[in-house]
Amino acid sequence: MLAFKLAFKNLMGAGLRTWLNVSVLSFAFIIIIFYNGLIDGWNRQSRIDIQAWETGEGQFWHPEYDRYDPYTIKDSHSPMSEEIQSEIAKKNLVPELLAQATAFPQGRLQGVILRGIDPDQTLLKLPTATLTKSYDDTDYAIIGKRMAESAKIGIGDRLLIRWRDKNGTFDAREIEIASVFKCDVPTVDKGQIYLRLEVLQKMMGMGNEATLLVTGKEFVNKDLNGWEFKDQGFLLADMDKIIQTKKAGGTIIEGLLLIIALIAIFDTQVLSIFRRQKEIGTYIALGMTRSQVVGIFTVEGGAHSILAALLGAVYGIPLFMLINKVGISMGYAQGVNTDLPIGEAIYPYYSLQLIIITIILVFISTTIVSYLPARKISKMKPTDALKGKLQ
Amino acid sequence: MENSSIIKIEKLVKRFHVGKTEFTALNDLSVSFGRGEFAGFVGPSGSGKTTLLNIIGSLDSPSEGEVDVLGRSVSSLTHKQSAKLRNKHIGFIFQTYNLLPVYTVYENVEFALLLQNLSGSERKKAVMDALEWVGLTDKVKSKPAMLSGGECQRVAVARSMVKRPEIVLADEPTANLDSKNSHHILQTMKNLNRELKTTFIFATHDEKVMQYLNRIISLEDGKVVKDELITDSKN
Repeated sequence: MLAFKLAFKNLMGAGLRTWLNVSVLSFAFIIIIFYNGLIDGWNRQSRIDIQAWETGEGQFWHPEYDRYDPYTIKDSHSPMSEEIQSEIAKKNLVPELLAQATAFPQGRLQGVILRGIDPDQTLLKLPTATLTKSYDDTDYAIIGKRMAESAKIGIGDRLLIRWRDKNGTFDAREIEIASVFKCDVPTVDKGQIYLRLEVLQKMMGMGNEATLLVTGKEFVNKDLNGWEFKDQGFLLADMDKIIQTKKAGGTIIEGLLLIIALIAIFDTQVLSIFRRQKEIGTYIALGMTRSQVVGIFTVEGGAHSILAALLGAVYGIPLFMLINKVGISMGYAQGVNTDLPIGEAIYPYYSLQLIIITIILVFISTTIVSYLPARKISKMKPTDALKGKLQ
Repeated sequence: MENSSIIKIEKLVKRFHVGKTEFTALNDLSVSFGRGEFAGFVGPSGSGKTTLLNIIGSLDSPSEGEVDVLGRSVSSLTHKQSAKLRNKHIGFIFQTYNLLPVYTVYENVEFALLLQNLSGSERKKAVMDALEWVGLTDKVKSKPAMLSGGECQRVAVARSMVKRPEIVLADEPTANLDSKNSHHILQTMKNLNRELKTTFIFATHDEKVMQYLNRIISLEDGKVVKDELITDSKN
């Protein structure tokens, strides 16, 4: 307790020198928390988006289906049992049938995935209701903004598509784009054309068949014979890996910033020890043990991080609140060709765990760099210290 | 000299290594002090006065010989035991005051007591008593930078005396003070010596200090050349 009291007294007494170090350290605090908060916010937002637009609460896949291998699509379809039909009726499952096809937008050729989906589904955010337009014989489709941009087509445009049905017979027809939806999840709209499930089943000759089943919150998890359940961990594994990579990249920047702050504190502590030799000698003459003196200097260094956390809170909390209100605009990244979901704005997410871990990390680091020069004191002869002799 | 020695030095040798050469600061020195003495080591610069005070104060250790302080052999003390001895029984007064700049007068004087686990009220009483002895009760909240040299040294005296030590070691306490302040400080110390029976040992070559000493031990090249009792010292 004495060490804390004396250390804070000395820190306050050092005035500007202390506050310069504390400012640099608090900046490191803010950057570390902000960057991690940004990545966590992005991660959180992406997971919510992917869940809402694509994966639901998990999916049952046809055993042959492999999302990384388009050639498996051809054989990845099974009839839906009565049990599945019953869950679909209860809106607990949404079936999707997938098929490979070629689109010919304005005479060009583009490989696409046709996705047959129930227009009445409400589990996913896809605006499938527009697929119910069936006042004529036209086969309506919905596509995402990315698909619309890459194919240069829009609402009302007709698009020729060609596919092979389950017997390997080529067929082709025109579909009309009923709506173009905007979605932050690239895998949902890049090269994807959504049709009514029954239309695609008919086109493929796969009546009552599906490739995968999206589960909703109300679905009580159970084994569905002939289908493999894929949980969120599996379905979001790719995104988690990308986020981890981003985090690792950020750690280098954070590390460098922290090192700069720690060098400043180390430098201050080293200077302090040489400048305050007489003071150290006086402490010893007054009856302090060497370890008590080392304790004072170590606590003094470590206390920088406490002050930095407080200072960081003074300007960091309002700053973070403002950023959380307006978000970080990612408009410029919308056109970037990536499979990672990027919203128009990212809203950082600062968890208590992130803040506590950052404070502990910075506190331990500053304490260590303070201890190292303080340890030198233990080797200093009190008589030399009293004379202020450099060693 | 009194019979009950609280400091007993026998055949003390202290050598320092300066580069590859060896320098003998104290050479076969023997002397002892009784309780309540007001004595001083005098001699030219380099005669070993400060080294001797440092060894008595357990800030340094002898190369050879025996130094007993309050019945403890200085050379056999661990770091912790040395610190305890200084904290409880020995007060230091330095030429350059060595006050802690960020602390107030009160806090500087209180510092030694913080290490003794005394209660707040006990500390307060002891600090105010000590400041009263040196006449600085009106400066409790001042910082050393706001005080004159004489006042700083009075704070140092209060700091050394606040724990009521048996021994006070004063190394050139008046070297940075003018004549008036020197006499004031010395008078204060003499009064405390008389009232509290504290043993004061000085290292000095200041004539003003010598006027107050009851015993003057002259050192030359690390040896005692004269040890005389003064019967007609001031006060």
